[in-house]
Amino acid sequence: MQDASVLEEPNQREIVSFRVADQDFCIDIGHVREIRGWSETTPLPHTPEYVKGLVNLRGNVIPVIDLAHRLGLGHTDPGERHVIVITVCEERIAGLLVEAVSDIVTVDCAEMKHPPSLTSSAAREVVEGVFVIRESLVRMIDLARVLPSEAEVSE
Amino acid sequence: MTNRESLKAGFFQECEDLLETMSDSLARVELDAADHDAVNALFRAVHSIKGGAGAFGLDALVTFSHAFENLLDDIREDRVAARGEVMQLLYRAGDRMHDLVESEQNEQDPTQWQQQDGEHAALLDAISEACARTGHDDTGSEQAAEEGFVPMPLAIEMPGLPALDAPADDDSSGGHDGDDRWRITFKPLKSLYVLGNDPLPLIRALSTLCPLDVKADLSGLPPLGEMTWDEAYLSWEITPGDDCSAEEIREIFEFVVDDCVLELDRGNAQTPDRPSEKENPSEQIQASPATEALVVQAPGDAATSRGVRGASGQQAPRQSIRVDLDRVDRLINLVGELVISEAMLSQSLSEGGKFRDPAVEGALGQLKQLASELQERIMAIRAQSVKSLFQRMSRIVREAGHATGKEVRLVTDGEATEVDKTVIERLADPLTHMLRNAIDHGIETPETRRVAGKSPQGMVRMTAGHRSGQVIMEIADDGGGIDCDAVLSRAIERGLVSPEASLTTQEIYNLLFEPGFSTAQNVSNLSGRGVGMDVVRSEIQSLGGRVSIDSTLGQGTTVTISLPLTLAVVEGMLVEVAGETLVVPSSALRETMRAEAGMIHRLGPCDLVLSMRGTLIPVFDLGASIGERKMPLDINGMPVLMVETAAGMMIALTVDRILGQREVVIKGLSENYGLVRGIAAATVLGDGRIALIVDVDQLAQNAGIALEDSAARLTA
Repeated sequence: MQDASVLEEPNQREIVSFRVADQDFCIDIGHVREIRGWSETTPLPHTPEYVKGLVNLRGNVIPVIDLAHRLGLGHTDPGERHVIVITVCEERIAGLLVEAVSDIVTVDCAEMKHPPSLTSSAAREVVEGVFVIRESLVRMIDLARVLPSEAEVSE
Repeated sequence: MTNRESLKAGFFQECEDLLETMSDSLARVELDAADHDAVNALFRAVHSIKGGAGAFGLDALVTFSHAFENLLDDIREDRVAARGEVMQLLYRAGDRMHDLVESEQNEQDPTQWQQQDGEHAALLDAISEACARTGHDDTGSEQAAEEGFVPMPLAIEMPGLPALDAPADDDSSGGHDGDDRWRITFKPLKSLYVLGNDPLPLIRALSTLCPLDVKADLSGLPPLGEMTWDEAYLSWEITPGDDCSAEEIREIFEFVVDDCVLELDRGNAQTPDRPSEKENPSEQIQASPATEALVVQAPGDAATSRGVRGASGQQAPRQSIRVDLDRVDRLINLVGELVISEAMLSQSLSEGGKFRDPAVEGALGQLKQLASELQERIMAIRAQSVKSLFQRMSRIVREAGHATGKEVRLVTDGEATEVDKTVIERLADPLTHMLRNAIDHGIETPETRRVAGKSPQGMVRMTAGHRSGQVIMEIADDGGGIDCDAVLSRAIERGLVSPEASLTTQEIYNLLFEPGFSTAQNVSNLSGRGVGMDVVRSEIQSLGGRVSIDSTLGQGTTVTISLPLTLAVVEGMLVEVAGETLVVPSSALRETMRAEAGMIHRLGPCDLVLSMRGTLIPVFDLGASIGERKMPLDINGMPVLMVETAAGMMIALTVDRILGQREVVIKGLSENYGLVRGIAAATVLGDGRIALIVDVDQLAQNAGIALEDSAARLTA
């Protein structure tokens, strides 16, 4: 999860924040490749339910994750207003289905707090920490944990 | 240091080509021991490896190639005949060269295993024994040449530089004094280079007419400090080996005739120390101030001589470049996207009704044609001939024959057949297994063969060719064939089939591909440990191909492999199931039909079978198999795809609609996601949506135990 933006300015990092199930989440901007509108996915058999299916990104086949479902916040019924955040993590490209992208913010790493232990287990698994930005809570997502692991995929 | 490393990498790449030339020439020498060209080519290949190895201080390789070279020299000079044992020795030496180069490349210390390996020393001894004369002239100059490219005048013998002495040797052995040969002096002017021409292709083109003796004249080179970077200093003196006409020569230089000094001389032997000849050239194409004596007094410039050797060493060199495979793959991906975009464009145009415009239609048709031709051409870049693979296999056959004490000859056909590079790489192991099997289990011992009235030397025929859009490879031996009864009793013994089962011959042959199956009475070093044929089958299957066996008892066995031409596209049947489009690879598809009431039978509570032409075929719903829906209760009237698994079992897949057959570009799932059970890959359809490509064999496996049960009940 180390990125160029972190290394250049040791205390500052840029994040992209977005809304999922009426909550704010974010990931490091270094992981975001592009943001695109929702398009129908092709369902994949034998996969965890939060894997929405596959989309075509200029000839590349990319899995799309229903982030709300992954976080245990109920599944999303995507419509035209939903967006897919295309992310790159350890050379794997994946799309995150979110309600809307809110902002790009520069935050101070030292301000990241560890999540309180009372959140639900699905969320705690993938939330790395939280920032308080303009009085609202923004949850930082550990992207590597959002995607199903190799073991989960081949099970 | 890194520079040296890259030079070394270049040397090993060159070695690959040289080793290939070596194997080629060995085969030619075996066919005709008097083939001087082949012996010379062999000599040059070994010599070039030695030269390079010397420059990089690879002593083991130098020592060995030196000994090899001595033997070849004797053969070249007709002191030793390349027949019988000497031929075997040459092959073994060739194999050892391969090993040495490989271990140097992997930076293993070859001296280490040489010391333990008595065979190496024995081989060296055998080679030196085979040499007619004992004392080869290891003079000081030879030593110096080996230790590095020491500059020295060309007037004395320079064995370290292959280009300059090897062709000269040709001449002396051929008894050619050059009486009526042309002598060409070619001095490019500055303008030749300015216009983007290059002397090397010209010399190469000339070498396609006849063998050449090319000497670079470096005497015009000023000291480094006085050199002007864009001035032309070099000239070449070329002596064609055979008589070729002045017209032919001039034709080659036609386009550069204004940018060079070209002199054609006739009737004089080329001796470097007779510059006077040049003062009265019998034919001069262009007079020029630079006609003054071009004396061949070259310092041993490695780069120049190597370049010239490239031109004169091979008879008809095909120009090629080395390209990083990554670049080609990126290109293939891009073209795949182009083809998809083109399909998307024509689909949206036809939906929008714009197709009525003939101009749009025409342009689109052209685009489509161009895109598909581009795709085809780019795929062809990845294709390579199977020649290198066959060469490797001939070594396997030699070694296997040696180890089993059987006499085996390998006959190959269709070496020029081109297959995707990845396929070639991944075929090496399965082919090795199959050849070893053919020799170990198939070919009989010479005595048995004599009794059976066959020639004591067994034959393995390996062929490759294109047939109906597929690459077909066959390995056929003229051995004992497969004893079906022995195979069957072995399979029953191992519990692979029940004793009551009655199997067809083909089914019995297929048992050979079962893991842990081996009929060899004695487990030998080579094969017979039962790890062969099942690995062969799974490897071929993972390449999208199939293997089958055919055999006649007492006459031999043929194993046939069919492979797709490329791994990037697959021919498939597009079907619709539960609202999704799926692709079933055509390679597995046998036929399509509509299920009719009379042929559907219920077996147990939920299993269905179709009766077709007297056989019962288990039915699965494609949608249910990939977990999209439950098995439909009534399949009457549904389209059915009859597919055959690699194991040779037929299954029927019901679908909602058959959309048609099409070639689709394969997009792997594993890079961004992972492997998905029952799904081989994905593809992008004309409308930009993704369709999954079904893995028929995995589907059959998923259907699993229930299937096996019902199948057992059917056969019982």
